[in-house]
Amino acid sequence: MSLEFTASEMMSVTAARALTNDMTCFVGIGLPSEAANLARLTHAPDVTLIYESGTLQTRPDILPLSIGDGELCESALTTVSVPEMFRYWLQGGHISVGFLGTAQIDRYANLNTTLIGDYRNPKVRLPGGGGAPEIAANAKEVFITVKHSKRTFVRDVDFVTTVGFGRDGKARDNVPNIGRGPSVVITDLCILKPDPETRELVVTSLHPNVTREDVIDATGWEIRFADRLETTPAPTAGELEVLRSLKARTHAHHSGQH
Amino acid sequence: MAEFLSLQDAVSRHVNNGDIVAMEGFTHLIPFAAGHEIIRQEKRDLTLIRMTPDLIYDQLIGAGCASKLIFSWGGNPGVGSLHRLRDAVEKGWPKPLEILEHSHAAMACAYEAGAAGLPLAVLRGYVGSDLPKVNDQIRFIECPFSGEKLAAVPSIRPDVAIIHAQRADRQGNVLIEGIVGIQKEVVLAAKRSIVTVEEIVDDLGASVNACVLPAWAVSAIAEVPKGAKPSYALGYYERDNAFYKQWDGIARDRESFQAWLQENVFEKGAA
Repeated sequence: MSLEFTASEMMSVTAARALTNDMTCFVGIGLPSEAANLARLTHAPDVTLIYESGTLQTRPDILPLSIGDGELCESALTTVSVPEMFRYWLQGGHISVGFLGTAQIDRYANLNTTLIGDYRNPKVRLPGGGGAPEIAANAKEVFITVKHSKRTFVRDVDFVTTVGFGRDGKARDNVPNIGRGPSVVITDLCILKPDPETRELVVTSLHPNVTREDVIDATGWEIRFADRLETTPAPTAGELEVLRSLKARTHAHHSGQH
Repeated sequence: MAEFLSLQDAVSRHVNNGDIVAMEGFTHLIPFAAGHEIIRQEKRDLTLIRMTPDLIYDQLIGAGCASKLIFSWGGNPGVGSLHRLRDAVEKGWPKPLEILEHSHAAMACAYEAGAAGLPLAVLRGYVGSDLPKVNDQIRFIECPFSGEKLAAVPSIRPDVAIIHAQRADRQGNVLIEGIVGIQKEVVLAAKRSIVTVEEIVDDLGASVNACVLPAWAVSAIAEVPKGAKPSYALGYYERDNAFYKQWDGIARDRESFQAWLQENVFEKGAA
């Protein structure tokens, strides 16, 4: 039996599967939050989710709109101050995975959430760094989830807000006390991983019904594919049901229909 | 020692044109009513500091109160852009806005250093980021013990801190519960402080390790029920997420923003 699912659902389910039960995950708002909570509600019930607002080990029933919704605090084990969150829990080395989204990503997985264009004369001003620059440095590894398009996947980001592997792929080399950096990028088309030597992102798995051409057309550099290219397993009925019900609850809540 | 004042008097006495003002509250307990009072009193040339400018600074910037913004994440959480902030940065409307941007970790550390009376904060931050290239307040130092290269930022020492909290007792001691963010640090880092509260009670009901600001660490307290709306006060009301979504349309163009401001801020009197 084949199930109907959208590319966005494929992305969320695949991103959720990257998380395992034993991880302590510092969660970014938006797509990462959706994926992290889907993981918690499916295969990883004991995954520890932490949001930068200070909520430790939180179990929201709906997806928060902001990083500091009351739901996160009320369902958390405890809530600490923001300096404590960044200094003790993140910089102190307690986070195994930082889960981030982005506006732009380049071939070395550098992230830009600052602006498009020139800094002093921006074409589009984006929100800025937030927690990401230090999450990327201090988490043991980083997962990234973002929709695939030529506007997003650029050869070189306009601004490195948050380092992946730097402009040359070598930014983490010989830096003491720094995490491994991005280990996987999950999009609505495919899964990418950094080449172990050059750190350039390489497609390792195509989602069902996605072709190489689809990925090439949506990527702003000459994208490479792994020699042993896999096909990502489709979402299961159970995963889709949990995801859809989570999104329906969330939508009703944020529209004031609760 | 905390003085009980009306919001109008607290703002008029403690916020001056040209001041460095930090109105904090990490998504929770954002002092919107106090922000609206600053807009009504037409304060000008403020340097505004806030980790997440949020709707409150979008409104102050659009109303022409600010000449400089120090921040670390300037979006409408979960929704998109702060259009008034963008209009000021991209087009200089209603006036040019100088910006200085950090990361959250650096700002949190800078507030903490301000509270601790130190000139700078040190963190393992900004590795490989372009932010130090556009913000000369981000420097790097070498640890004198290990030799490790670490980021340094100046501490934040505002002229005035403004926060919202759940309760104060009749002596002026303040209780903050839930996402406490950077509330305590910003008050201790500032020269003066205004705390708006949901209610004034006989007994704070604080547990032994609760986040409490003693009356002698606060300049002014104003009782302003619903003073954090459309953000929220844990135990009193929820975040108005529907309004945060509506704001995107209101703030998107100058005319609809000005109409909103007129109706909801200027024509509504001080609390």
